[in-house]
Amino acid sequence: MGELVWIFVSAMVVNNFTLALFLGLCPFMGVSGQVATAIRMGAANIFVLVITSCCAWFLNTFVLVHAPYLRLISFIVVIASLVQIVEMAIKKLSPTLFRQLGIFLPLITTNCAILGLAIFQTNRGYGFLQGMAFALGAGFGLTLALVLMASIRESTELADVPSVAKGTALVLIIAGSLSLAFMGFAGLLSST
Amino acid sequence: MKTTTPSEDVLRGIWRENPVLIQLLGLCPALAVTNTVANSLAMGIATFFVLTGSSVLVASFKKFIPHEVRISTYILIIATFVTLADMTLEAVVPEIHKALGAFIALIVVNCMILGRQEAFASKRPVGRALLDAVGTGVGFIIALLMMGTVREVIGNGTFLGIPLFGSSYEPWVVMILPPGGFLTLGALLLGLNWYEKKKAERQMNLFPERVKTGEAA
Repeated sequence: MGELVWIFVSAMVVNNFTLALFLGLCPFMGVSGQVATAIRMGAANIFVLVITSCCAWFLNTFVLVHAPYLRLISFIVVIASLVQIVEMAIKKLSPTLFRQLGIFLPLITTNCAILGLAIFQTNRGYGFLQGMAFALGAGFGLTLALVLMASIRESTELADVPSVAKGTALVLIIAGSLSLAFMGFAGLLSST
Repeated sequence: MKTTTPSEDVLRGIWRENPVLIQLLGLCPALAVTNTVANSLAMGIATFFVLTGSSVLVASFKKFIPHEVRISTYILIIATFVTLADMTLEAVVPEIHKALGAFIALIVVNCMILGRQEAFASKRPVGRALLDAVGTGVGFIIALLMMGTVREVIGNGTFLGIPLFGSSYEPWVVMILPPGGFLTLGALLLGLNWYEKKKAERQMNLFPERVKTGEAA
């Protein structure tokens, strides 16, 4: 149990996917304009990450022992098709949820955080439960980074920044400072 | 669609529509692996190989790829080339392969590559697709090298492992850590914006009448 909590905390803050590993930057730049959208995007991310973790575990245990060179190809195909199926299922079962997740669900499939999770999980040899903890931690970490970024951007909306700094340059520098702050969590690793 | 000359196809990707600095595509590798010049170069070359290979293949098979499943087909083609690049790097330069880690595999989801297939290679002849891929790939390598040089020189005091400043230099370790990636790219974009602004102002001063009529594009 302690190990699972540890994997969760490590993936969420110490090795935050966005701010320490640079995975999932496209949504981080693209949809971090408003807090409400950021939360929804984060929720969709957690959802897809958990599914991915299941898939990757299944493929690693039952299929890829016979053909390790197909790892990358099978990961991407299986994840993309499963997300498609889940999307159709949600559309049928809960139209409200579907409308809330909207365009984000299919977009997430090509997000590097998703494939990154599958690959990291494989490299570290996680079992099913460890994979779940890892996926949840990574998902909450992404959501945390997105929401923090969105709230900062909402406040800078009306600030009078120099004209050269408007747009992406400012977002990147804010992200740099956030990333600096998150590095403080690295102390958690050595203190235990 | 606008017609372009072959030289435009190459040059466009290198500077005016540079994938990283202007279009902000493929940011994950551009930030994650550029802490040394050697890593940046390896990543740039691997991406270049995948991009040209898949562009040529997509352009040659575009008549056989059904429109409905084109994205999945592109991803399959890209994933095949990435697997090739991954195995080659592991065999030829094992220490760099280890340093880049999972990011070689993540070339598959680099939106820049998929973007070029969808926007260009799937509509043009093979030769043009190759030229476009070469231009975009070189642009990507240039951007990665700019990031890598700044980060290694400031963060480690070395260039390709050769010490530059002597032993009294205290390296800014933060530049080779994750925050340095964000800050370096932010600073590069600031510089670029400033340059564009100056250029626009110069044009305004030289030809004020053209700006008014909207001819100075």
